[in-house]
Amino acid sequence: MSDNPPKDIKQFFFNKRWWIITTVLLVVFTLWTSEFQQANTTSVLVSTLRHSTPLVLGAMCGLLCERSGVINIGIEGQMLMSAWGGFMVASTSGSLLLGVFAGIGIGMMMGGVLAGISVGLRGDQIIAGTVINIAALGITSFFFSLGRTLPSGKAQVIKLGPLADIPVAGRVLFSNKPITYLTLLMVPTLWFLLFRTKWGLRTRAVGEHPSAAETVGISVIGMRYLNVIMGGGIAGLAGAYLSLEAVGSFERVMTNGKGFVALAVMIFGRWNPVGAWGAALLFGYASAIQTQFQFRDWLTDDPQFIGIIPFIVTIVVLAGFVGRARPPASIGQPYSRE
Amino acid sequence: MSSNTLALEATGISKTFGSVKANDQINLEIQKGRIHALLGENGAGKSTLVNILFGLYKADSGIVKVDGEPVDLGRPKDAIDRGIGMVHQHFQLVPVLTVAENIVLGNEPSNKANVINIENAKEKVRELAEKYQLEVDTEAIVEDLPVGTQQRVEILRSLYRDADILILDEPTAVLTPQETDHLLQVLKKLASQGVAIIFITHKLREVLEVADEVTVMRNGQVVGSTTPAETDESGLAEMMVGRSVVLRVSKETASPAATILQVVNLRVQDDRGLMAVNDLSLEVRSGEIFGIAGVEGNGQRELVETITGLRTADTGSILIGDTSITEFSPRQISELGVAHIPEDREKHGLIGPHSVADNLILNRYYKSPFSNRGIRQQKAIADYAKEMVEKFDIRTPSIETPSSSLSGGNKQKAIAAREFSHNAQLLVASQPTRGIDVGSIEFVHQQLISQRDQGLAVLLVSAELDEILSLSDRIGVIYRGQLIVTANAADLDRNRIGRIMTTGSDSN
Repeated sequence: MSDNPPKDIKQFFFNKRWWIITTVLLVVFTLWTSEFQQANTTSVLVSTLRHSTPLVLGAMCGLLCERSGVINIGIEGQMLMSAWGGFMVASTSGSLLLGVFAGIGIGMMMGGVLAGISVGLRGDQIIAGTVINIAALGITSFFFSLGRTLPSGKAQVIKLGPLADIPVAGRVLFSNKPITYLTLLMVPTLWFLLFRTKWGLRTRAVGEHPSAAETVGISVIGMRYLNVIMGGGIAGLAGAYLSLEAVGSFERVMTNGKGFVALAVMIFGRWNPVGAWGAALLFGYASAIQTQFQFRDWLTDDPQFIGIIPFIVTIVVLAGFVGRARPPASIGQPYSRE
Repeated sequence: MSSNTLALEATGISKTFGSVKANDQINLEIQKGRIHALLGENGAGKSTLVNILFGLYKADSGIVKVDGEPVDLGRPKDAIDRGIGMVHQHFQLVPVLTVAENIVLGNEPSNKANVINIENAKEKVRELAEKYQLEVDTEAIVEDLPVGTQQRVEILRSLYRDADILILDEPTAVLTPQETDHLLQVLKKLASQGVAIIFITHKLREVLEVADEVTVMRNGQVVGSTTPAETDESGLAEMMVGRSVVLRVSKETASPAATILQVVNLRVQDDRGLMAVNDLSLEVRSGEIFGIAGVEGNGQRELVETITGLRTADTGSILIGDTSITEFSPRQISELGVAHIPEDREKHGLIGPHSVADNLILNRYYKSPFSNRGIRQQKAIADYAKEMVEKFDIRTPSIETPSSSLSGGNKQKAIAAREFSHNAQLLVASQPTRGIDVGSIEFVHQQLISQRDQGLAVLLVSAELDEILSLSDRIGVIYRGQLIVTANAADLDRNRIGRIMTTGSDSN
C-alpha cells in the first residue's frame, strides 16, 4: 500500500512508475518549451498552480472526511458558502484576514452540519451532502448583491526575497499569494499527520473498521465529528481562496464544479494527500494548457474541443494510471454501537 | 494459591433486547489464573454477557466487581482500563494496517507531539510475543494473515494493554483443528502466568480439555456450574440443551447400491490459479456417506464447487449417474438431483434479507406449484413453507421473517429443509454443522443418516474429524488436492487420519 513506507526502494519506483514517467515527461516538455518561450512556459506553470489550489484544498477536505468514514459530496456547497461569507465579511470590515477566518469558520459550520446529520443523527451521507450543496446554492444566490467590492482589493503576491528572482521557478513557486503558500505547506503536513501520528492512525482505523477502533477505546463518533469539521474548515479556506485571493469578488456559483472535481482528484490520489496533490497539479496543468490554446487562437474553429482537454486528461489518467483504488472500507456507513 | 483470588465477579446481570431476556439475573465468579468456560447453545446469552463485561453493551441491572471493587463499564475503554481484554468472535482488527499498528492502536507509544514511534511499538510487540510464545511478523498487513494468526494478534493486543482478565468469544469456531490445539496450549500457558480466562464455546471436547471451571447457560440464565472432573460430554450437553442428547449418532450398516457420483482424475485451480484439486478420483454410491477428512484449504472447497457447477474443472470428468456434468451450469446440475449444503451458509446458503419462505423454495421457485407462467403462487409458497418449518423444526417468528435474523442452527435447518426436500440422488454437504449448537447438530446428523438410509448418496466434507468419523461409511483423506487414502470407516482410526491429513503420508 502506498500508505506505508516502502520496504524496498526498487519496489517503490516500480509502484510509482506511472507517476514518475508522467512527471519526467512533463518536466522535459516544460524545459524544452522554456528554451524558446520562457514567458509562456512560466505563465502556464503559474496558471497550473492557480488552477490546482482550490482542487488540492477540496481534495484535502474530502480526504479528511473519507479517511474517517464519512463521504463528503458537499465540498462544493461548503466552498461556495465560504466564498460568499468570506467575501461579505471582508467587504464589510475591510479586512481580508478577517474574511479568510470567516470563510474557514463558515466551512467548519457547514462541516458541523454534515457531521450532525450523518454522524450524529446517522442520516444518509450522500443526502446530507446534497442538502448542503442545494442549500449553499440557494442561500448564496438569494443574498448575492451586485456592486459590493473589497475595499482593500484582493490578496497580493508575496515575494520570498531572492528566491523569487530565480528564472521560471521563482515566478512559479516563490511569488505567490498567501493561501497558495499555505496549500503547498498543507500537503506534506497532512501526509505526516495522517501516516505518522496518533490522530492519523486512529482516523484511518475509524474509517476502515469503526467497531475495531471502538473496542480499543477510540471514540468513533468523536473522531468523525472532528475530521468532518476540520475538513469543512479546509473547504472554507478553498472558498476564501476563490473570492478573496483568485477573483477578488463573489459571483453566483463561482465554484463551478470545483468541489466535485476535487473529489475525483482525491480518488486519483488514492486518498493520499501527496497523491491528491499530484493529481490536482495534472488537472491544473491541463486547464492551463487549455487557456494557452485559447490565447493563441489555436483550434478556435472548435472551442468546445479545447474545453474538453482537462476532462480527456482526467479520463486517460483514471483509465490508465490509477489502477485499483480502494476507498476506506467503512465509508458511507453510519456507525452505532449496539 | 491464596484463598482470595477472585478476578471478576458479576452479580444479578440482566439485559433485555426488545421482548427477549438475553440475560436474566446472571451471577458469575472468575478466578485468577484459571480458565472458566462459558458454555451454552446459540442464543443462550453468552455473548451478551461478555459484551456487558467488556462495556460494549450496558446491562439493565446488576453489579460487576473487578478485584473486589465495583466498576462502571460504560465503554470498552472502562473495561480496558480495568485490565479486561477481549478476543472477539468477529475479529476487531483493521485489515489494512500492520500487526504492530493494530496492536498499539488506541494506546500508541508516541512523543509529546503525538507522533507515533513505530520502532518502539514493534519492539514492544516483539517482547510480548516472545514472553508468551505467540510469534507474529510485526510488519505484516493483517488482511494477508491466516485466521489463526489474526487471532494471535487479537490476543497480543489484549496482553499489550496489560489485560489480566481475557475474554475469548468462540475463539475456536474459525480455527482448524491444529490451530485450535495451539490456541488451547496458549490459553493454558496464559492461565499459568496468572491471567483469568473466560472462554466461550459450544464445543464440549475443548471444555473438558482446558477448562478449570464450567458455567452453563440456557435461555439467558445460568443453569449450572461444574468442573470437567465432575462431568463428561453427555452430562454437559444435557445441561446445555435441557434434555439428553445423542452425541454419537447411531446408525445401521450402510447398504450401498449403484454408483451415483464418479469423479475421475479431476484437476481444478483455485482463485490464485494454483492447482487446488490435483488428479483426484472418488466414487460415491447410493445409500452411503463418503466423508472427506482433511485440514481446510487442501482443495475441499474447490472440489465441492466443481461438483456443484460453481467452478470449472481444468481436466478430468465428473459423472452423475451416466451424465457428464463438467460443462453444466449450477441449475442444470441441481436439476439432475444434486443437493448442496454450502460451506458458508450466510454467503452461499441463504439470501439474508429474503424471507424464510422464499429461501425454502430457492432451488425451485420457478417451477410449479410455486410459479405459474412466471407469476409467483403466494399460497402454494406459504403452505409449503409452513409445512417445512413444522417438519424441520425451524424456529422462526413467521415464514415472512428475513432469514438473516434466524440463529445459526435454524439457518442450517432451513437450508437442510430445502436441500433434503429436493428428491436428490446426491447431497454434497460442506461443513454442515459448523458453528451451530448441539441440538441442531444432532438434528442435522440424524437427517443425514435417515436420508442415506432412503438411498441418498452423500459426499460429506468437514473439518471436524469427529463428525467425519461418526457419520461416514467410507472416508477419503485429502492432502494438497489428492486423496491419499480411501478406506472403509471401520479401517481408519483418529490418529491415522490425523497423521495423514497433516503430513500427507500414511507411513509411521
